[in-house]
Amino acid sequence: MNTLLRNSRTLQLAFTFLGGLLLLFIVAPIAGMYFGTSLHALTDSANNKEVQDSIWLSLWTSMAGTVLFSFLAIPFAYVLARKDFPFKNLVHAIIDIPIIIPHSAAGIAVLGIVSRDSVLGKMADTFGLRFVGHPAGIIVAMAFVSIPFLVNAARDGFSAVPERLEKIALTLGASPVRVFFTVSLPLAWRSILSGFILMWGRGMSEFGAVIIVAYNPQTAPVMIYERFTSYGLQYSLPVAALFVTVCLALFLILRLIKKQVRHVEAR
Amino acid sequence: MLKLDNISVTAGSFQLKNVSFNVERGDYFVILGPSGAGKSVLLEAIAGLRKPDSGTIHLRGVDITGERIQKRNISIVYQDADLFPHLSVYENIAYPLKSRKEEGVKDKVLVAAELVGIQDKLHRKPDTLSGGEYQRVSLARSIAADSDIILLDEPLSSIDSKARGDLRALLRRINRKGITVIHVTHDYEEAISVANKIAIMEHGEVVHVDSPEEIFKHPKSEFVAHFIGVKNFLGGSLRSISKSDLKTFTTKGLSIFCLTDAPDGEAFLMIGPDEISIANSRQATSNRNQFIGTIKDIAQARLGCEVTVDIGCDLVVTISSEARKSLNLEIGGETWVSFKASSCKIYRSGDL
Repeated sequence: MNTLLRNSRTLQLAFTFLGGLLLLFIVAPIAGMYFGTSLHALTDSANNKEVQDSIWLSLWTSMAGTVLFSFLAIPFAYVLARKDFPFKNLVHAIIDIPIIIPHSAAGIAVLGIVSRDSVLGKMADTFGLRFVGHPAGIIVAMAFVSIPFLVNAARDGFSAVPERLEKIALTLGASPVRVFFTVSLPLAWRSILSGFILMWGRGMSEFGAVIIVAYNPQTAPVMIYERFTSYGLQYSLPVAALFVTVCLALFLILRLIKKQVRHVEAR
Repeated sequence: MLKLDNISVTAGSFQLKNVSFNVERGDYFVILGPSGAGKSVLLEAIAGLRKPDSGTIHLRGVDITGERIQKRNISIVYQDADLFPHLSVYENIAYPLKSRKEEGVKDKVLVAAELVGIQDKLHRKPDTLSGGEYQRVSLARSIAADSDIILLDEPLSSIDSKARGDLRALLRRINRKGITVIHVTHDYEEAISVANKIAIMEHGEVVHVDSPEEIFKHPKSEFVAHFIGVKNFLGGSLRSISKSDLKTFTTKGLSIFCLTDAPDGEAFLMIGPDEISIANSRQATSNRNQFIGTIKDIAQARLGCEVTVDIGCDLVVTISSEARKSLNLEIGGETWVSFKASSCKIYRSGDL
């Protein structure tokens, strides 16, 4: 235990108490949500086709965005970790922009490039692909606000891979492509996986950007909002509790996977 | 086999200046020098991990100065942390074979693993290995790569002394199989133990390249001369004596008793000048070695003076000026030298 805390009982008590308050601040509203919902209402919601569809839509669009954009994010993260170039700090700042701007504004921005009047929108239209009001638009909106999490985590992961190991692999006759896939990527894998989880989780919970690009089909966060404004708290609670449960369950599973990966690596 | 011509490299504020030497096929070439002399920078330039500012490197007559790392067929073993931590011992050794899409990977891994003696650890992960085992796996991987040259960067520095002796023997065994080795170290005992050719490096320059015997007998550099022990450096052969724990070392008709567990065969013997005593007559003493000789030279040293006595070969003895005066030593005079059998250090024995 830390020296400061061990040597002051008052400090230890005070800090523990304050920390406890913070935990309560997070746990209490969520617990309250469950206590405010009857089991009956919860099972009713769970059996409702509309609710099931919206939760499923949230999960798969976010996953699709994460997988699709990882093909851009992971190579880019490697470049950021390994190469110095002019205006690198500016590039880092650009990557973090989606985190700091209001998500409704992010939605407006995304709408600007995917609407049917835009160049991209017109191009997509010729292939019969629409963004606005379609899962494709939801995927883009979710990815826009959550991509920094994957890029940053993957970059940190690659930075932690000793460059010496890559050099050694080259001296053993491996091509740079093979070195990337057999040394760099596997050694950064834990960080990349945690970036995946963060991006997926952040994407599926997104409300602001998604509702502007696609009010329909409704993702779970949009449905919760719609039921709240149209019918009131009692009607939105079961859906909220259900979606939170799904989110928590997924996070628990993924954290366990991550822990197992670490365990296997540590052997 | 490998020819360096006027290689200069800049690494940060460090400068490697006009390095030239030849390494022949099958050589065990040691680059010896104090830390900070630029030995590792030189190795990395040979491996292609650093770009020389000027000069050329030829391998088998082909200019490889600008060749890509993966095309050079020169592999490198560092002092630690060079195995792929996420791969098993087997996968580490198989890595170069799979990189070149070779056939019979399993057999080749086994051959390399057996050569270095880690065939029972193939399924282990690198971080569960001891220091000695770790370096053996690293060597096996380079052997499996079938490199033209294996570069070793202080490969024994992070290993305890017992395992170090075994590994030196292994390195020599590998070299005797025809593998050319370039080995960087700051430890002159290590250099004597393994080298058939030594390059001395100081301040970013190679100052002397020669056989170990020449290097230590006629040091051209301060670094070598600094080791007082290298004054009395003799090449000869070591033989066991029946019913005795002593062995005899024969050189130029001289027989010297040694207390050592080194195996019989060709070897180098070294005696520290401060381990030898001088007397004006034969003494009754526990020293097994007593010789009569002629004083060839007496030179003032930083501490005391150095007396060179010819007993069939030259021995340098360090004594105090006080002792010199009381024994009345003069150049041309006769004197007795004696030293203990346990003062004789044997290097690189059992090779032939």
